[in-house]
Amino acid sequence: MREISCESIIQTVAEMCVEANLHLTEDVSGALHKAAACEVNPLGKQILASLEENLEIAGRENIPICQDTGMAVFFVTIGQEVHITGGSLTDAINEGVRKGYTEGYLRKSVVNDPLLRVNTKDNTPAVIHYDIVPGDALKLTFAPKGFGSENMSKLYMLKPADGVEGVEEAVLSAVRDAGPNACPPMVIGVGIGGTFEKAAILAKTALTRNMSEHSALPHIAELEERLLKRINDLDIGPGGFGGKTTAFGIRVETYPTHIAGLPVAVNICCHVNRHSVREL
Amino acid sequence: MTKQINVPFSREEAKSLRAGDYVYLTGTIYVARDAAHKRMSEALAAGEPLPFDVKGQVIYYMGPTPAREGQVIGSAGPTTASRMDKYTPALLDLGLLGMIGKGKRSQAVLDGIVRNGCVYFAAVGGAGALLSMCITESEVIAYDDLGAEAVRKLKVENFPCIVVVDSEGTNLYVRG
Repeated sequence: MREISCESIIQTVAEMCVEANLHLTEDVSGALHKAAACEVNPLGKQILASLEENLEIAGRENIPICQDTGMAVFFVTIGQEVHITGGSLTDAINEGVRKGYTEGYLRKSVVNDPLLRVNTKDNTPAVIHYDIVPGDALKLTFAPKGFGSENMSKLYMLKPADGVEGVEEAVLSAVRDAGPNACPPMVIGVGIGGTFEKAAILAKTALTRNMSEHSALPHIAELEERLLKRINDLDIGPGGFGGKTTAFGIRVETYPTHIAGLPVAVNICCHVNRHSVREL
Repeated sequence: MTKQINVPFSREEAKSLRAGDYVYLTGTIYVARDAAHKRMSEALAAGEPLPFDVKGQVIYYMGPTPAREGQVIGSAGPTTASRMDKYTPALLDLGLLGMIGKGKRSQAVLDGIVRNGCVYFAAVGGAGALLSMCITESEVIAYDDLGAEAVRKLKVENFPCIVVVDSEGTNLYVRG
């Protein structure tokens, strides 16, 4: 049994909140630079250059890349040999969010109740997904999610007969509807299979995958490539003003499903696809 | 076309802008987003005054991150305008001349823009750090309890935005 203290989790989470909101991971910033070099639409090119400058200013001046520093989403993989000491793991993660968002000058964007809508003033609570695995490690993946793009996400319960064509149409329809609202260029996470809620969680997980790696499943890797091409042919472009850079990438995750179903979740993210990963 | 204009501007100037113009704004603009619009709408319904006279002004849909010491404002990019659509036609009819946000608008807002000769601008979504550099003063003037959603008065200098919908109803998001 390995012991991990709540104190170290709080500190780690607070650092992750600040880091993810000020700096993009290299796979995402690399995708931006590549697109800026390739875009041919003049206004699109100008917007991509502004986004490159924005990243540079954010890092240099300690200003969040985007003012929507998101609702704090965590994927926690906890080894079954780990013993958390000094309190509850969920409380420690929320305390880390409170500390990171307050001390890091990040925006508090969470309301206490979806209908009463009073700001909690510290960006808690986080949305936390736990997975228990063999071993004695604790892995935290933090993905703050802005709602300009979250609001454009969709869940479809397709029929098995709809097949891969139905999946592609569903994704294209979601991206088309999102258009300029989701701050394109977008990054798109797709979850196929499982149940209603499993598909949505898969789609969110897909957004945390490295943008430079395709799925290990050949038919899914092909689907990712085909969909990216079709999405970039929609002519939504940077800012929604046209161009061939509508998405930097699309990542698809799958799970076994029921004989009667084909759930498809499309989680849309803007170009500020932030995440931070730490292992304790 | 690239243009430098002072805000607030006249209705004639608003009408001279064309969808696709890249505009740099210098002057005073007001900030309000979801919760502030809801309160302003309730104030109008109750016959109470608005926190500022919208006549001839430009509203920026935005909720900044907190400023660090020495900074005027934190990250300050546009939020999705369609969430304000429910409240906007009434403000346009009261004389609101311009809006800065991002994304599509409802038909009722598009009609209000044409009816009153107004303009809808988009700023670059997700460029909050860059846009904060164009803000030289920021003051909360109402609804302080709303935190990031409070109403602010900003001084801006060469604030970049793009005309999406002009006074004739031409819409840059609609192509082909």
